[in-house]
Amino acid sequence: MAELTDKIKEKLSEANGFQGVVFTENINYPMIEVPKERLLEIAKILRDEFQIEQLRDVVSVDRFTKNERFECIYNLFSLTHGKRIFLKVKLDSKNPEVESLYPVWQSANWAEREAWDMMGIKFLNHPDLRRLYMMEEYEYHPLRKDYPLMGLPGAVKLPKK
Amino acid sequence: MSLDLTKEEYIEETKQASHISESQEKILRALESDDVRGHFEGSLDNQLVLNMGPQHPATHGVLQLVVSLDGESVVGTVPVMGYLHRGYEKLAENMTFHEFIPHTDRLDYLSPLANNVGYVLAIEKLLKIEATPRAQWIRTMCCEMARLASHLVWMGTMAMDVGALTVFLWTFTEREKILDILDILTGVRFTTSYTRIGGLALDMSDEVIARLKGFLDQFIQKLEDSRALIERNKIFINRCEGVGYISKEDAISIGLSGPNLRAAGVGNDLRRDDPYLVYNELDFEVPTLTESDVLARYYVRVREMYETVKILRQCIEKLPKGPINTPDAKQVLPDKGEVYTKMEELIHDFMIVNFGNTPEKGVEAYQAIEASKGELGFYAISDGKGYPFRLKIRSPSMVSISSLPTMMKGAMISDIVAIIGSIDPVMGEADK
Repeated sequence: MAELTDKIKEKLSEANGFQGVVFTENINYPMIEVPKERLLEIAKILRDEFQIEQLRDVVSVDRFTKNERFECIYNLFSLTHGKRIFLKVKLDSKNPEVESLYPVWQSANWAEREAWDMMGIKFLNHPDLRRLYMMEEYEYHPLRKDYPLMGLPGAVKLPKK
Repeated sequence: MSLDLTKEEYIEETKQASHISESQEKILRALESDDVRGHFEGSLDNQLVLNMGPQHPATHGVLQLVVSLDGESVVGTVPVMGYLHRGYEKLAENMTFHEFIPHTDRLDYLSPLANNVGYVLAIEKLLKIEATPRAQWIRTMCCEMARLASHLVWMGTMAMDVGALTVFLWTFTEREKILDILDILTGVRFTTSYTRIGGLALDMSDEVIARLKGFLDQFIQKLEDSRALIERNKIFINRCEGVGYISKEDAISIGLSGPNLRAAGVGNDLRRDDPYLVYNELDFEVPTLTESDVLARYYVRVREMYETVKILRQCIEKLPKGPINTPDAKQVLPDKGEVYTKMEELIHDFMIVNFGNTPEKGVEAYQAIEASKGELGFYAISDGKGYPFRLKIRSPSMVSISSLPTMMKGAMISDIVAIIGSIDPVMGEADK
């Protein structure tokens, strides 16, 4: 575990021109926090140079804070090394947008659709950003913290008789 | 319609002609790749859009597939999800950690025990406690029994999908025997809710072990019998061989895990590569095939059942004695007998049941287990309260379904059911 993480740390250091890349420790796997502008570039580096072949999941989080309310956590798995690593980006509160990782991993397609559906995070240059679970006409994003548990009355438009 | 309509005009015309709603229009758009233009010339070369499901016996639940057909071959597929979406991730944010355990039964309802184990392992990582050795061994046995039960259902239904009905009856008889064992072990057959944070609800009695031994002794022969029904059956082989191919690169990129990935030639198994519970003390193999078609996925799962039997035999041999609950009074539910007689235990029980376990603030944890369908993962975030701030479920079935469009390219319409059967989707888990 340590070897791969150390190599990635060395590669993504400030000496190589990567500002704002932070390695955090509050989870039982290594996690890298990256600025959202460089997400796509770093994802490509991780896949091509460190053999991290799979994106297994995208976790969207609503921190419900004033600034940087949303987070996207990418669950990456390296088949070659058998190691798991997490990638995190912090997004704006008003207009959460981030570049889609579909060009790097195809699995980003559905995982990001789920994040868009549930949390309302917009993925730029996504090939097919439809809702995954809710109907297309639905206007809300149910996993946001300001969405009530019991739902909103009248949010689902029923067909007229 | 004339030949020189562009894609936009074609969709606009179809929309006006048949009152297509906005969401249906988006599905239509996803179906149309850029090199296909809407051209209707003679009535014989029309591309037909076929709606399969959500109420279809071969889609294993409420999976809807919108398939575009050219004659009998599939041109494009769009899976439509959400018919069983119950919002478990939202529900989890509004209940204590213990209260969510019964809900995990309803995720992959063919192997509820494995879901229970995966969930409590993630929460134990969050609370930074660890189960006792005996509990860990029993949990390992639970995972494997769940895998066996789930694979038996899969084997029967998949054979039924391609037309062999008897296998279904035989494998369900075997599964029933496992469910009887689970009945004694957990008190119920299906919705087990067996694990507790830091331990288990009940200890494994000698009767369970004796019955499990008896079951394993006769199981291999029964499995061979079921296999003999289909594996030398020409119809079965013809319907499975070379159908539903997905390349190794695509399988990796789409994010497949579990048996579907192993059938594509990637020997990845979390039990071996990222061991949890006591899997590093067990001796087993990871069956891997390279053909990556329906038949390969069939053989990977069948071979897995032999490995599971091997693991269960080792577990029975090595199962240690000792307590099943971790002695951490603040986080683990006390014994019921003590709750009724001792003040301290009563207080702890009251606090845990009413206000929940309290992890540290800002701690996050991820735990994945190799469930019967693939990687089942739970990502939990705590804000120091008695319920999770966020709980993300990584469901293997959803990823498997997302690989359907690739697998179905060029397949015949009768192959669709075989392909769906081979990836073993469970909608309760895919839709969460």
